[in-house]
Amino acid sequence: MGPSGCGKTTLMRCMNRLTDLNTQTKVTGNIFIGDRDILNTHDDINEIRKMMGLLAQRPYPLPMNIFNNVAYGLRISGRKKKRFLEKRVEHYLRQVNLWEEVKDRLRDPAAALSIGQQQRLCLARGLAVDPRIILADEPTSALDPISSQLIEEKFAELKTSYTIVMVTHILRQARRIADHVVFMYMGEVIEQGPAEEFFQNPQMEMTKSYLKGLFY
Amino acid sequence: MKFRAFEISRKLRNSIHTGWMIACLSVVLLIPLFLTAGLAIKSFPLLHQHPLLSLIFSSNWKPLSGEFGFYPFIVSSVWVTIFALLISIPICLLTSIHLTQYAKKWVLKIMQPVIDILAGIPSVIYGVWGILVVIPFISNHIAPMLGKSSSGYSILAGAIVLSIMVIPFVLNILIELFNNIPVELSEASLSLGATRWQTIKYVVLKKGLPGIISSFGLGMSRAFGETIAVLMVVGNVAKVPTGILQPGYPLPALIANNYGEMMSIPQYDAALMLSAFILFVVVLFFNAGSRILIIRSGKHN
Ligand SMILES: Nc1ncnc2c1ncn2[C@@H]1O[C@H](COP(=O)(O)OP(=O)(O)OP(=O)(O)O)[C@@H](O)[C@H]1O
Ligand SMILES: [Mg+2]
Repeated sequence: MGPSGCGKTTLMRCMNRLTDLNTQTKVTGNIFIGDRDILNTHDDINEIRKMMGLLAQRPYPLPMNIFNNVAYGLRISGRKKKRFLEKRVEHYLRQVNLWEEVKDRLRDPAAALSIGQQQRLCLARGLAVDPRIILADEPTSALDPISSQLIEEKFAELKTSYTIVMVTHILRQARRIADHVVFMYMGEVIEQGPAEEFFQNPQMEMTKSYLKGLFY
Repeated sequence: MKFRAFEISRKLRNSIHTGWMIACLSVVLLIPLFLTAGLAIKSFPLLHQHPLLSLIFSSNWKPLSGEFGFYPFIVSSVWVTIFALLISIPICLLTSIHLTQYAKKWVLKIMQPVIDILAGIPSVIYGVWGILVVIPFISNHIAPMLGKSSSGYSILAGAIVLSIMVIPFVLNILIELFNNIPVELSEASLSLGATRWQTIKYVVLKKGLPGIISSFGLGMSRAFGETIAVLMVVGNVAKVPTGILQPGYPLPALIANNYGEMMSIPQYDAALMLSAFILFVVVLFFNAGSRILIIRSGKHN
């Protein structure tokens, strides 16, 4: 959490090394997954990125049909058998509660879906490459309340099997689903801790005033 | 009262201005209509005597005996255009991909004015460059390499000069096109484990495909109608070319070379008007097709 412009998106982009794309950006320090430093390594960057599913602020479906959107990551990593793909696509679309809505039009362009459906499609697409971590940057901010609730419920379910790093502007949303909270301001982490403690008993002045809604 | 008067004059002025704009707009809209009508009427005397198809597919060009076969000119135009595109398509695509996807930002900043300058060079200069550089190169190097002899004035020379002229034009459209594809889309693909190249191939090019096709459509209509530079290097022999090292005689060159004497030979003017008409229709067709494609693809994505 943190006010607008405090660097939440930037931090997230560091995590799956999208910052590499921008040659002017310099990232220092370490990012550990387990005891593996993924920032200072010569390991295959595509493999690192694949460990993390990315859900952006707005859905960006790939320019292809619904089926291929979900199958994309699998195809990229060389899984091309039709039967296998069909099974996996159905599995992941079911996982995000989208299957019933789209099963009759898997060959339609993904852009034809509603924004809420597109966001769930993007989640399914991310899950399909079997990540360990889900990076979600304000995944509900462009959605209507019902779609938001769907995504939120999904996250509550998914967090048992994935590590979810989620950026949110909505305090109540954080209260509802966070286990661990990091509060940022001006590009720095101000305070962090288990959600319960963070919300009940914040240590820093700044956190207190943020939680009271004095600035955002 | 004063306010009322002000209000009225404001409305009046508004409607006067709107009127002027509509007038100007209709002039712009009417020009192509008048042009089409004019060309059709002027070429009618010839069409009246010979069916259009026989004119298009006849290779006999003997204005003095009243035979007007457009086939050599159409074939020349098509060949020059197609080969110009074959040369420029890979160059434009790879350059624009590199500039927008791989290169640092300052490279694009430097390249943009260079491309604009290239696009703004008068075509005569390209023509002179063709005569001084391309023609000797073809007759001294390329033709011997292929085991043939050529004066250099050929379809190939026209295509090379044309491709150089079309490149900046198409390149500008492509750069704009690729820059308008949201970065987030590439990032989504990358975050799924795709490599840079896979992302370009499956996402960037796919997303841009209609735009890419139409940019080449626009380039094509431009190449098809380009006159002076092609005329200077293509040889201008009214025979169906049988190879790219042979001279050709594209439609625009035909018109530009002969308009001076068109009144002195019966029906010659109608023949030139007809070739202008064909040229116009082809260019219009490619232009409209490309633009429709751009609009349609904008709706879908
Ligand atoms: N640690 C940092 N060092 C330098 N610049 C930073 C840092 N963190 C963020 N920035 C810069 O601050 C700006 C805003 O960052 P960012 O987009 O990550 O904010 P945000 O928290 O995601 O905001 P929003 O809530 O509006 O999405 C960016 O231009 C980014 O480059
Ligand atoms: Mg952000």
